[in-house]
Amino acid sequence: MTQRPTRLFRNASSKLALVPMITITLVVFVGCTLWTVLYSFTKSKSLPRLDFNGLDNYARLWKTSRWLVSIENIAIYGVLSMVLSLTLGFLLAALLDQKIRFEDTFRTILLYPFALSFIVTGLVWQWILNPDFGVQHVVRGLGFTSFEFDPLYNPEIVIYGILIAGLWQGTGLIMCIMLAGLRGIDEDIWKAARVDGIPMWKTYLYVVIPMMRPVFITAIVLIAAGIVKVYDLVVAQTSGGPGIASEVPAKYVYDYMFRGQNLGQGFAASTMMMLCVVIVLIPWAYLEFGGKKRG
Amino acid sequence: MADVTHALGVRAKAGPRGARPKPLFSRRNIMVYGTLGLVSLYYLLPLWVMVVTSLKGMPEIRLGNVFAPPVEITFQPWVKAWAEACTGLNCDGLSRGFFNSVRILIPSVICSIAVASVSGYALSMWKFRGSEVFFTILMIGAFVPYQIMIYPIVILLRELGLYGGLWGLVLVHTVFGLPILTLLFRNYFATVPEELFKAARVDGAGFWAIFFKIMMPMSLPIFVVALILQVTGIWNDFLFGVIYTKPDLYPMTVQLNNIVNSVQGVKEYNVNMAATLLTGLVPLTIYFISGKLFVRGIAAGAVKG
Repeated sequence: MTQRPTRLFRNASSKLALVPMITITLVVFVGCTLWTVLYSFTKSKSLPRLDFNGLDNYARLWKTSRWLVSIENIAIYGVLSMVLSLTLGFLLAALLDQKIRFEDTFRTILLYPFALSFIVTGLVWQWILNPDFGVQHVVRGLGFTSFEFDPLYNPEIVIYGILIAGLWQGTGLIMCIMLAGLRGIDEDIWKAARVDGIPMWKTYLYVVIPMMRPVFITAIVLIAAGIVKVYDLVVAQTSGGPGIASEVPAKYVYDYMFRGQNLGQGFAASTMMMLCVVIVLIPWAYLEFGGKKRG
Repeated sequence: MADVTHALGVRAKAGPRGARPKPLFSRRNIMVYGTLGLVSLYYLLPLWVMVVTSLKGMPEIRLGNVFAPPVEITFQPWVKAWAEACTGLNCDGLSRGFFNSVRILIPSVICSIAVASVSGYALSMWKFRGSEVFFTILMIGAFVPYQIMIYPIVILLRELGLYGGLWGLVLVHTVFGLPILTLLFRNYFATVPEELFKAARVDGAGFWAIFFKIMMPMSLPIFVVALILQVTGIWNDFLFGVIYTKPDLYPMTVQLNNIVNSVQGVKEYNVNMAATLLTGLVPLTIYFISGKLFVRGIAAGAVKG
């Protein structure tokens, strides 16, 4: 028997192969996150420096109207896009699940926007919602001369204009996930429900949806992760305008870090963003991994 | 024989597989197909508007209706978008962005898939103490907003001398593609029967031999899925492109946004839509060609095993 390798070198190739992944995990995902959190407590302006000023950045952040508008926008966008994506995604999936013809065609049509970037999505909808040429103009041309629909130029409703584009892009994905979930439901359940004479909508509501809990959780996590990251869509569609009416947190972070020369604000804002995600993530991780220890 | 007929009888009641003569215009059918048809129209509308706008001349756009097909088809906007549209001082159109995106795309896709496939393989078949911990951290990293990491990465890249260049961006794409791709590969390799792995070990194959000679050839589909995922993802990226590259290396999405949303000059909506469509063409082509694999890719990324 040759010499026993020490613990460290057992499985050496595997450890070696994982060096890039471990380095990236530690340096970028852990290191960079902690770095930003640490520097969010400093007076960094155009260059990062370790000159602490406690929670000043956060205090100022929560007094900045632009940040408050961003938070309000992302809250409206977030709640509506969560509710509507789940509802529409599920309804469309349920429709596609009715053993229909041309299912593939319909699915292809509903999912194609997901292949497009947010920039393309934003620019197309910017054009369609253009009040002088787009929907408003066309409807007025039909005779409804007082018709008004200019979400991208009206600060009150601009975020709904962005929501329209966001839903167009993302609902297909949720529909696909829901459809996969529906296909996982045992056919016998439908048969049993039919034998018992339970109407279809009741079967969906009380039997199928509860069974699809994991699918819904996945969808919710995906939508939530997407909401926090909303950036490109706003940049393309409105550039945050009119004024600051459609600003979102991710854009606030970028602008303060790379344009405003106010790193402290950018770091504090991005830390707040992460905090929001963590607050959402912890209960999910608990539900998913908490109770059962995975083999 | 009685069994067969019985079974057939039951199936006929429960709904046979073959073409059963259904009433074509039943209320249910009208509802289902009507709704789906309307929704599909709504989904196709932006694509239609992009296409028709890009084929019209400016005078026609000013007079007409965005949804109307072009009266007089012109390809001038396409030519202009591709070769003449201006961003800042450069007036060589989107072609520059296209080639930049290709130059960014190829190494990024290769690097990210290479690193992720090896990591997924090691994590599924060669576990060691602590490997799961790193995997968990990586998964959490997938959900943390990028915004919290972008600035320190600028510093890191500057230290490495890669900031603003092609390879810096390639590195960034490799890093941020890692969580989802590693998950994809790990879950796929975990379904490979253990006997196969053990047999190879008995025959004396090591870590790399098993990977290249056994795992890779039998997991071609998952490589294709990863490829689709990465090509569309990297092509559609905007944030990393705008942060980690300089203007002459801006990817297509960034350049597109600069062309369309530039404040100077008269707005040429037809050129803008041609440019938008050109940028969307690559992922759309991949989507329409790959079909089910694309769906599988996003499902594999989304519904974890």
